[in-house]
Amino acid sequence: MSYLEYKVKTVPSGLRKVLYLNWALILLIAAAAGFGFLMLYSVAGGTMDPWADPQMKRFALGLVLMLIVAFVPIWFWRNMAALAYGVSMLLLLAVEFMGSVGMGAQRWIDLGFMRLQPSELTKITLVMILAAYYDWLDIKKVSRPLFVMLPLLLIALPMALVLRQPDLGTALLLAAGGGTMMFLAGVSWIYFAAVIALGGGAVAAVLMSRGTPWQLLKDYQFRRIDTFLDPASDPLGAGYHITQSKIALGSGGWTGRGFMQGTQSRLNFLPEKHTDFIFTTLAEEFGFLGGISLLSLYALIVVLCFVSGLRNRDRFASLLTLGLGTTFFLFFAVNMSMVMGLAPVVGVPLPLISYGGSAMLVLLVAFGLVQSAHIHRPR
Amino acid sequence: MKRPGRDTEESTRRISRRGLILGAAQVGFVGLLAARMRHLQVNQADQFRLLAEENRINIRLIPPARGLIFDRNGVALAENRQNYRIVMVREEAGDVDEVLARVQKLVALPPADIERARREMARRSPFVPVTLADRLEWEEVAAVAVNAPALPGVTAEVGLSRHYPLQSDFAHVVGYVGPVSDYDLERLEDPDPLLQIPNFQIGKYGVEAKLETRLRGQAGTKRIEVNAVGRVMRELDRKDGIPGDDVQLTVDHGLQNFTQARMGAESAATIVMDVNNGDILAMGSSPSFDPNKFVRGISVPDYRALTENERRPLAGKPVQGLYPPGSTFKMVVALAALEEGLVDPEETVWCPGHLDRAGRRFHCWRRGGHGHVSLIDSIKQSCDVYYYDIAERVGIDKITAMAQRLGLGLRHDLPLSGIAEGLTPTKSWKERRRGAAWVVGDTLNAGIGQGFVLASPLQLAVMTARLASDRAVVPRLVKSVDGVETPVSAPPLGLQPEALALVRQAMFAVSNERRGTAYGSRIDAEALRMAGKTGTSQVRNITTEERRQGVFRNEDLPWNRRDHALFVAFAPHDAPRYAVTVVVEHGGGGSTAAAPIARDVLLYALHGGVPPLESYPSGQRREIGDMLDSLELRAPQRPSPVRSRA
Repeated sequence: MSYLEYKVKTVPSGLRKVLYLNWALILLIAAAAGFGFLMLYSVAGGTMDPWADPQMKRFALGLVLMLIVAFVPIWFWRNMAALAYGVSMLLLLAVEFMGSVGMGAQRWIDLGFMRLQPSELTKITLVMILAAYYDWLDIKKVSRPLFVMLPLLLIALPMALVLRQPDLGTALLLAAGGGTMMFLAGVSWIYFAAVIALGGGAVAAVLMSRGTPWQLLKDYQFRRIDTFLDPASDPLGAGYHITQSKIALGSGGWTGRGFMQGTQSRLNFLPEKHTDFIFTTLAEEFGFLGGISLLSLYALIVVLCFVSGLRNRDRFASLLTLGLGTTFFLFFAVNMSMVMGLAPVVGVPLPLISYGGSAMLVLLVAFGLVQSAHIHRPR
Repeated sequence: MKRPGRDTEESTRRISRRGLILGAAQVGFVGLLAARMRHLQVNQADQFRLLAEENRINIRLIPPARGLIFDRNGVALAENRQNYRIVMVREEAGDVDEVLARVQKLVALPPADIERARREMARRSPFVPVTLADRLEWEEVAAVAVNAPALPGVTAEVGLSRHYPLQSDFAHVVGYVGPVSDYDLERLEDPDPLLQIPNFQIGKYGVEAKLETRLRGQAGTKRIEVNAVGRVMRELDRKDGIPGDDVQLTVDHGLQNFTQARMGAESAATIVMDVNNGDILAMGSSPSFDPNKFVRGISVPDYRALTENERRPLAGKPVQGLYPPGSTFKMVVALAALEEGLVDPEETVWCPGHLDRAGRRFHCWRRGGHGHVSLIDSIKQSCDVYYYDIAERVGIDKITAMAQRLGLGLRHDLPLSGIAEGLTPTKSWKERRRGAAWVVGDTLNAGIGQGFVLASPLQLAVMTARLASDRAVVPRLVKSVDGVETPVSAPPLGLQPEALALVRQAMFAVSNERRGTAYGSRIDAEALRMAGKTGTSQVRNITTEERRQGVFRNEDLPWNRRDHALFVAFAPHDAPRYAVTVVVEHGGGGSTAAAPIARDVLLYALHGGVPPLESYPSGQRREIGDMLDSLELRAPQRPSPVRSRA
């Protein structure tokens, strides 16, 4: 019995696939998104406009997309990985030439019905291509320099394009996501040690480039680093976001100030209260208990992804599931670290909750891939 | 692609190992996030809650209503009047230019004000109200209110501002308020936060300034919620302030008005005092000014007109002005001599018109002299030579002691600005201040109230009241503060009864007997007759050359070199109620310039209104009647029925 025959015979087919969906995961996702609708309703001052309503419609659309992706066999997606990666690179290039400028950076393409952020898409396609690459690569060769160079190039290309926008946060997330894939595939520890050393050197170089003609980051990015290191130095200027964010979080206390009672968000002391800083509103209004509930939801989603990935004996499916789970982890970990003053302010939204179309749709498509891997796993 | 099973197992094992490591790292990081969340939200919650409250809550002060000032009958002298202004909110107005143009059709706005409002609107946040016009008439505000639908963003507001309904009558008593200056803030030890409120007004002059702490009251506070850009969202709570205390003065608004009118355009001061308790019933200073102009912010031309007027409208002459008392000082010298037994009432002094002493010639005001003069005659006819003679006998120490006993040379503590202390000279004073020894000529000059002696009209009024009552009355201007009566102080003075009776008899003669210096200003009504004393004090030296050629008459001199005219009196002479002092700067003679004013003011006080002509000698009635008719008097005011704090 060939390998292919083995798989075809043991996977469910047709409508039976519905029964094999990872329903727990879907429920957790819906619960997290529900938190999001509640918060968007609250920060809009108790109305569905202008955020909660579009967000719910996008979530519904995303769920449909997720199911479509889930029902398509995982080996189809493995075969599509290279194409998806290529398309996302083209879109990134397109942003370079015809993208709109928002918040000081070129980030999206206006498709008419929605604004597409190719950098969001890239976070998924990079994981896909790397999973397919290591699925193809002989396990004995993963640590050979030539076969380490190839995935590094695959990671470096979108990073370079994203940095041109410039979007430091996404670039770092891509690096972290790509690195995770290489780590999972079994690339030798020595490379990671070398990268960490090099990374330290790069950080030093970036910091030292400040004020010189070959400055590597924009001034606002340097200021964000300063602010992160000492938010109190400029409480009304660059440190304002962090200071107000911590005040909102801290004033929530154990149980919060009550739904729609958060003064920091209601009176506009919080910046970007419906996007990157939405977690502070949640923590202000529902307190420590609300915050820890959301964190637990997120952790459970990641755990489900890992359980599914680790139990999957198909190499591509396993790597993809673990990679996407880690990508999801990186999203919320970076966002929460940022609003709690543990990391510099980089524009990373809170997954499933922050207002934004691309992020929501891409994330649900990614969960579709996880579901597909789950349904079509070898048995 | 086909793979050996072993490879697949190897791969799966490796992925599992690395996946577990990664998963463990992630669990660890989630733990870190949870710990951080707990740190911020549980351990530091109180601190951040406080910061959040500070963010959103602003405390604003509510200015208290200033205490009102009333006269002795409860007529308001200083009140808080509603003050209308119109303000505009840019974001509500939409088309600012269009709305401003419409406002200008209803209210006359100077272009400068429009420009200022426009600039302020551009500078401030769009939701901040900007004042377009202040102190509008009710009709103008009503016009704006009626047209409100066509004037989006424009609203009328009501505030309180100080108003002095009796205008110039009490300018030097009640004073005025004005905006807090940097100097005020510097001067105050513990500045009330109220003073920081824009346009807050504090007392600048007179009772308003001296009783500032009682009148001001205590600020209320309101807590308001603001958003990140400072827009007021709602008022959380408010604590109303405590209004300032009301002050009741001893003055009578009708008498004060009559006094001011009677002095007319003269540069003069008049004080009417109750001889028994020291209550000041009127304290006029002429010319005066309208204190309301200072509340609004006086214009430069108006202010210059006040400061450049040679009759000094801004000076509160009754307490700030110092004059040589002249002949009104003679009662002091006479009493000092009588008390010491240094003069016999029957004894006469020969007055040839001058006295030669210490190599100088001291002149009597009457060149031909008074002949034989007794004590009564000396006061009645105001003989100078008599007082040269007895002043030398009594000596300056005893004269000064008597002067101070009668209230001269002492600072009487009234809540008024710039109270002058005056001067009753002593030998040590001259040595200390002038570096020269006291000479007998100084004593002779002091004997007729010239030389170093200086007194304010207030001090002369106290002296007259003490002569009239034989009590050490202390002037009282504040009858009560917040309903608490100010104590009266009038202990017996203990002058020798015979001496005092003699002086009073002489003062009666001055204004009731032929050849008395104020006989022309006598009162005909038997029960109201006054006892007084004229005074004419020189403001220049008369040279020997001038004496030889004949002394200039006052009318021939420029105004500011003429003599000051003084008159002190009390009435009724046999049962004194009121003492009056009139000083007319550069008025000429006390008998002609000051005494008639004193007579009319005393009669007004005794009658409680414009005196009937029957009080005057029949021959003067027509002339006086015409004069009284020509005075522009204010209709009597009604006491404020409610002490409205508005």
